[in-house]
Amino acid sequence: MVGRLEELLRAAFPDATELSVLDRTGGGDHFHVTVASPRFADLSLLDQHRLVYDALAEPLADGTIHELRMTTRGAP
Amino acid sequence: MNDLKDRIKQTIESEDVVLFMKGTPERVFCGNSARALDALRGVGAPVTAVDVLPDPRIRQELSALSNWPTIPQVFVRGELLGGADIVEELAATGELREKLDAALSDGWSSAPREERVIDLAGRPTRFPLVP
Repeated sequence: MVGRLEELLRAAFPDATELSVLDRTGGGDHFHVTVASPRFADLSLLDQHRLVYDALAEPLADGTIHELRMTTRGAP
Repeated sequence: MNDLKDRIKQTIESEDVVLFMKGTPERVFCGNSARALDALRGVGAPVTAVDVLPDPRIRQELSALSNWPTIPQVFVRGELLGGADIVEELAATGELREKLDAALSDGWSSAPREERVIDLAGRPTRFPLVP
C-alpha cells in the first residue's frame, strides 16, 4: 500500500525533492506522507494539502486510507 | 432544498470557529480530531464543535461544500482553515493566533474560553461545555 501511495504521489509531483510515505501503525491504513516540491512554493498550506489530496483521491475515496497526516513544503 | 446542507452552511457562517470532528470535545473518537482540538485549545480559541459521526450525511455534505475530503475540518469566520496538520502547524508557528486576531473581534483571546457543541443530526440545541 505504501508503494501505491508513493506511485500516485510521484506521478502527481514528478519534481518532488522529498517524497515519503510512512505507514504509521503498520496496519496499512494510517499514513503520514511528506512531500517537498517547488510547486508548493507560492501556495498556502491549504492549497498544498489540496494538491496532495487530489493526488490521493482514489485511495481516500475507496477507504484504503483511513487516516492521513501530511507534511508539505516548497522545495528545496 | 437540502436542509442538512443549509444547517452546515449556517453553522460555518455564523460561528467564529467551527471544528467538525469525530466525537465531541468531551469524547473525541479520532486522533486527528484530538490534535485539531488541542491546537485550538492551545490558543484559547472559542470552539464550536460539530460531531460528524451521528449521521454520515454530515460528512458527505460538508466535504462537498468545502472540497476537503477528511475530518477534522476547521473553519474560521466561514473560511476553511484546514485539517489537523494545518491547524497544528499554524499553532506551532504562531500564525493561528494571528489569523484569529485578524478574523475575530478584539479581545477574543481574553474572553472566557468557551466550547460548545452543535448537534446537526438532531437536536438543534447548544449546551456549554466549559470545564
